[in-house]
Amino acid sequence: MPSKQDILDLYFMDARCKLIDIAAFLDRMDRFDGEPDYRYNGFHEALDALLKPGDQSRAQAVLNTLSDQSEEPIPKATIQGASGAPNKQSGN
Amino acid sequence: MPYIEPHAHMVSRTTDDYQAMAIAGCEAICEPAFWAGFDRSSAQGFYDYYRQLTDYEPKRAAKFGIKHFCWLCINPKEAEDSGFAREVMAIIPEFLDQPTVLGIGEIGLNKNTVSELTIFEEHVAIAQQHDLPILIHTPHLEDKLKGTRLIIDALNNAKVDPNKVIIDHVEEHTAGMVLDQGFWAGMTLYPESKCTLPRAVDILENFGMENIWMNSACDWGISDPLAVAKCMQEMKKRQHSRETIHQVVYDNPVKFLSQSPNFSL
Repeated sequence: MPSKQDILDLYFMDARCKLIDIAAFLDRMDRFDGEPDYRYNGFHEALDALLKPGDQSRAQAVLNTLSDQSEEPIPKATIQGASGAPNKQSGN
Repeated sequence: MPYIEPHAHMVSRTTDDYQAMAIAGCEAICEPAFWAGFDRSSAQGFYDYYRQLTDYEPKRAAKFGIKHFCWLCINPKEAEDSGFAREVMAIIPEFLDQPTVLGIGEIGLNKNTVSELTIFEEHVAIAQQHDLPILIHTPHLEDKLKGTRLIIDALNNAKVDPNKVIIDHVEEHTAGMVLDQGFWAGMTLYPESKCTLPRAVDILENFGMENIWMNSACDWGISDPLAVAKCMQEMKKRQHSRETIHQVVYDNPVKFLSQSPNFSL
């Protein structure tokens, strides 16, 4: 199995790139006018989960934070697609 | 190294893709019935689609030495209108005797609605009546966790043999619940949604190499028909043995798919 050093050699530059992309995305959101929707709050909640995942893996914590946690089927679909974060105000 | 692509929507791909997959080592492709990117206007549209899956695509694949199999259903995105869905489902038995049909799929949920769940359960009943395996689509993004739970509950209520069911598009938050209940798990390799190549290998390392496969699910959207071949390289970079890679991309699909009487290589 690979060592930590091997994993750094394989993935550090890619992870660094994605981390800077996240930082730049947040800066971009700050720079423009208007109100963000539920996805922006969901993103920040996921960042918190990343730093404090509890007893889950970080990937699980982020995915669970960005998931609809309700349990019952909804009566009818209003859209066909998915947005990537739960819209808690709509009940989704 | 040879591999099997257990989930690809080749009706949306060019013949060049078949050629590239053959060169990469692909020996068989399994194509579940799915959403075409738009809602079909009639059941007759599905009839023609099933003809394409059972007749035309096997011939197109054969030109490159690839065996082509398919799964039949009405996909959950078009199952919101239960009357329309049942009209389409009435066509399916006519095609189940075709020599390359593996089973019922990809059924499942999309927005986790009451109607989708009802049609899902009716598809499961068809599979049970014909003693066929089932391939299941789990919802996208924020809907996946809830949808996976609802699907597992419905399968358990129907007393389906979990060994004959593969629940596809698992990610880190759903792989454990699928495998723990005895179902097979599928990982879909997409550049943005679902699993990237490194994450797919993470899931294998965390949840084990048994009862799991990976697929490209290449379709009309951003997707890569060579994703499985590229993930084999990713596993190699992570120092997995040739035998382990072969197990995941060949032996596991063969083991699951061999439960269908029409599967042979």
